Amino acid sequence: MAYDKFNVLTSTVVPLPTENVDTDQIIPARFLKATEREGFGDNLFRDWRYDVEGNPKKDFVLNDSTYTGKILLAGRNFGSGSSREHAVWALYDYGFRCVVSSFFADIFKNNCLNIGVLPVTISPEFADVLFAAVEADPSTEVEVDIDTQKITLLSTGQSESFDINAYKKENMKNGFDDIDYLLNLKGEIEEFEKGRA
Amino acid sequence: MEKKTLFDKIWDAHVVKSVPSGPDVFFIDKHFIHEVTSPVAFLNLEKRGVGVLHPQRTVGTPDHNVPTVDQDKTIKDKLSRMQVEKLRENCKKHGIELHDLGSAHHGIVHVIGPELGITQPGMTIVCGDSHTSTHGAFGAIAFGIGTSEVEMVLATQCIMQSKAKKMRITVDGELSAGVTSKDIILYIIAKISAAGATGYFVEYAGSAIESLSMEARMTICNMSIEMGARGGLIAPDETTFDYLKGKQYSPKGEEWDKAVSYWKSLKTDDGAVFDKEYHFDAADIEPMITYGTNPGMGIKVKGNIPSTEGMEGSNKTSYLKSLDYMGFAPGEAIQGKKVDFVFVGSCTNGRIEDIRSVANYVKGKKKADNITAWIVPGSREVEKMAHEEGLVKILEEAGFELRQPGCSACLAMNDDKIPSGKYAVSTSNRNFEGRQGPGARTMLASPLTVAAVAVKGEICDPREIF
Repeated sequence: MAYDKFNVLTSTVVPLPTENVDTDQIIPARFLKATEREGFGDNLFRDWRYDVEGNPKKDFVLNDSTYTGKILLAGRNFGSGSSREHAVWALYDYGFRCVVSSFFADIFKNNCLNIGVLPVTISPEFADVLFAAVEADPSTEVEVDIDTQKITLLSTGQSESFDINAYKKENMKNGFDDIDYLLNLKGEIEEFEKGRA
Repeated sequence: MEKKTLFDKIWDAHVVKSVPSGPDVFFIDKHFIHEVTSPVAFLNLEKRGVGVLHPQRTVGTPDHNVPTVDQDKTIKDKLSRMQVEKLRENCKKHGIELHDLGSAHHGIVHVIGPELGITQPGMTIVCGDSHTSTHGAFGAIAFGIGTSEVEMVLATQCIMQSKAKKMRITVDGELSAGVTSKDIILYIIAKISAAGATGYFVEYAGSAIESLSMEARMTICNMSIEMGARGGLIAPDETTFDYLKGKQYSPKGEEWDKAVSYWKSLKTDDGAVFDKEYHFDAADIEPMITYGTNPGMGIKVKGNIPSTEGMEGSNKTSYLKSLDYMGFAPGEAIQGKKVDFVFVGSCTNGRIEDIRSVANYVKGKKKADNITAWIVPGSREVEKMAHEEGLVKILEEAGFELRQPGCSACLAMNDDKIPSGKYAVSTSNRNFEGRQGPGARTMLASPLTVAAVAVKGEICDPREIF
């Protein structure tokens, strides 16, 4: 379904440097039982965020009020494993609009783009710069500009450009999704099918 | 003429249109749905006022959260029940074939597709489940999708996908006794890492792969996603055709001959270029097991857990966090570690050959007292064969508990959970933290290794226990 338009996002950052964070950590399977897309943010990183009794674990970053923001700065190979789109729903519902990492798992990245969370791939070196800056000063802001495809650490002005294909970029900027596009191609799809028969 | 890979041939034949500087509009031949990732897709279709374009191209079955006992009774868990009921309702409303709980062909979606002959060479197959790559064993392009894409397929039979890069992994030579296809794939993932094939579609080739049965090939393609690959596939051959012949949905008569002659063209041309190639020697592969919290963290059963030498920064922190979760230390041997549970099942290793392999091994033996042993067939058909072949009797005599078909403890959405802190050696596909239940510690291995562990009660090499 349509989502919020994404143009320029300026926000503080929540750092999660752990590598290989799989979608079972982002949202464990036992919380996938809904038949509607609601309330997934409550269970985002459930088992890292809460103990078995449901008490917040103090050492987990989402429970540390020092760090807030709409940008999640993640470790390498973020979103591996299960194709569950619920992982992105949980991030979105929690309030994240952008995930920054030096490496994303494939299906996760696609799922992000399909529901309006911008995945930004940066170099490992720039990731180190951002992690260090946020650790030194949690009020550090980062700007993500989809039009210029640039991510900037505002305190120093250091920036890097990122890739996004032109089609997805337009979608993100306008809050369109693929189904809007595909439904308009009905005729062409029919022609294709006739050609194969 | 342009030299094409198998992947190119199938991909290019399914591109409706290429969006300039964007993805391809990609046509889908077969779509599998289950209860967990489809309800929101149907709900959104309704909100848009759009119907299902080709209901006959979609097949449904409830597998992820179904109980594996008392399947003839109402599902106790309210949320699970609601999801299964939603699937029934949606299939009925849109005229989609459903293999419901208790029906003759109910089972894990990636087990029943091949079993029924729905999965065929040259097809494009998707499902809201990353292990859809399983179907690649038949020489199909098969991969997992998100719920937005499930909605796209229902509405338009297409999704928007950029073509992946191409990788070929060749395994030549002969496998030693006691080494199975599960060991091959765990070995490959350990070599190239859990992210080593991200962005690629993998073709598996070589004499060791060609020598495998369809069941064994499915195990390999199934775990392609565990090295980050979009999917994996194997060129169809006589083994593929023999498997498919006579299956319920396989072509019949003249149609069969026509299909086979097309299927025979589905192979990589000599001289076609891959973006990346790996070569492995089957003789180097030994029984494998994982020791950490991603499938790339695998070693030989006789090996030692890697030390932290050469690791630094977040790489080292993540590694130690993983070992801490598992209760293991760097450098120590894995053989001899005590185990609490064994789980045989899942879309990776829940097929009849897997159950035969375990039964042959445990025949006349007993599981160790410290082990709880669950065996969950991948489908009703597998369950039926296991009974008919006398395997169930052998397994029960050895102390295994046979449960009813479903995804079960692979992802523990139902009650089949490994308790916190306990060790399970499983034939499934993921050893992520909490995958088999909050706090559960999973080690992945072949059905044969799992059988040996069940008997000995600790990690051991299946070639040494008789």
